[in-house]
Amino acid sequence: MLPDDRADVLYHRYDGGDVTIDGPSILVRKKAGKSLSFVGNYYVDMISSASIDVITTASPYTEERTQWSMGMDYLRGNTTMSVNYTSSEESDFDAETVSFSVSQDMFGDLTTLTLSYALGDDLVRKSDDPTFEEPLDRQIYGVGLTQILTKNLISTLNFETITEEGYLNNPYRSVRYFDPNSELGYSYEGELYPNTRTSTAVGVRLRYFLPYRAAIEGEYRFFTDTWDIDGNTFALSYIHPWKEWTFTGKFRYHDQTGAHFYRDLFARSEETNFRGRDKELSELTSYTLMMQAAYEFLRDDGNDWGFIKRGKVTASLNLLHVDYHDFSDLSAGQPLGEEPLYDLDANIFQIYFSFFY
Amino acid sequence: MEKRVTRTGRILLTVLVLAGLSGCGSIEPWVKPYERDKLADPIMALDGDPVSTAYIQHVYEAREGARGGEGAAGGGCGCN
Repeated sequence: MLPDDRADVLYHRYDGGDVTIDGPSILVRKKAGKSLSFVGNYYVDMISSASIDVITTASPYTEERTQWSMGMDYLRGNTTMSVNYTSSEESDFDAETVSFSVSQDMFGDLTTLTLSYALGDDLVRKSDDPTFEEPLDRQIYGVGLTQILTKNLISTLNFETITEEGYLNNPYRSVRYFDPNSELGYSYEGELYPNTRTSTAVGVRLRYFLPYRAAIEGEYRFFTDTWDIDGNTFALSYIHPWKEWTFTGKFRYHDQTGAHFYRDLFARSEETNFRGRDKELSELTSYTLMMQAAYEFLRDDGNDWGFIKRGKVTASLNLLHVDYHDFSDLSAGQPLGEEPLYDLDANIFQIYFSFFY
Repeated sequence: MEKRVTRTGRILLTVLVLAGLSGCGSIEPWVKPYERDKLADPIMALDGDPVSTAYIQHVYEAREGARGGEGAAGGGCGCN
């Protein structure tokens, strides 16, 4: 089945760890005839960062990332074929992705199997070095299964393998190593990551319609990669409609091990072949509490606005807390060995209008 | 290790495709179309808000070391 015709206008704002990222996202989807659907999306991140990573080794900065994508879905019988192109541009990072997928509805539409493949071609640059330019290639293989289990229960199973080859470092980040000749007791040198990474993720979701009109959803994802990061993610959601309103609450928990080449403090300069101190590669646990309210201001009851049949506005707030188990907070200026571990609180706000036609 | 994971992924993909296709036509739908009214309720939509979902997935990919297994997300970083 082709997706519904719709248009969404969203404003997003991430505020946490002395980083603010905000901007719009606009999506328009429209069918052409009974077998074709076109979709376009324009998305902007306006970034203002004085994060823990940049205040200890570099300077605060502002920049903008613009992403646009266009895609097409073609329905033939029980098969939907999709193609999508995405382009993302920053002053120092360009990314292009082409993706293909085929979905097949089976067993009286109880089962949908989706196979997908995406090819990404990135270019990493460095704002203070115009000669620096390194490629990064990415391939994504996916299999998805959506299954109706009972009259009240629907499930999905997603399997995704991502292989990357090229420049995977962040060109601005440094590692620190023990240096008795330094006043602080440590010095910095550039990161050096492996130039390949392969990750595998398996995710399962189950959504159940409760005896009264409400729904509950459980999610689990297992993640593993060749950098020795293993992650487990759990989430539980509750969706409760009331008159024109729909309220959603969600709690998400994520726990991961650190990359094998990650150290908070290396024993000496160039201690290991590969070196990283990127806090996202540290052992960490994150917790998110999401609250969302949607109000349907235009219902599909004949009182439509011209060609628009339904309209709703949705506001959501995610409260994210991350505990890094092996990443010290150097901004406090504590002596070596007495630095507290870093933790992060972020508020992620979204408001969007959705129109269906 | 890396090649092994890639090969495992390809084998699993092939097995899933064959398993999916081999049973076509031989299984009776155990939830009839007229019994799917609750599943058709908008509160049961698995991705009712694709723009919001893509955005929040991007935030998690930037803030955590894990990725994938939840559907597609866009490229780019914006993650310092």
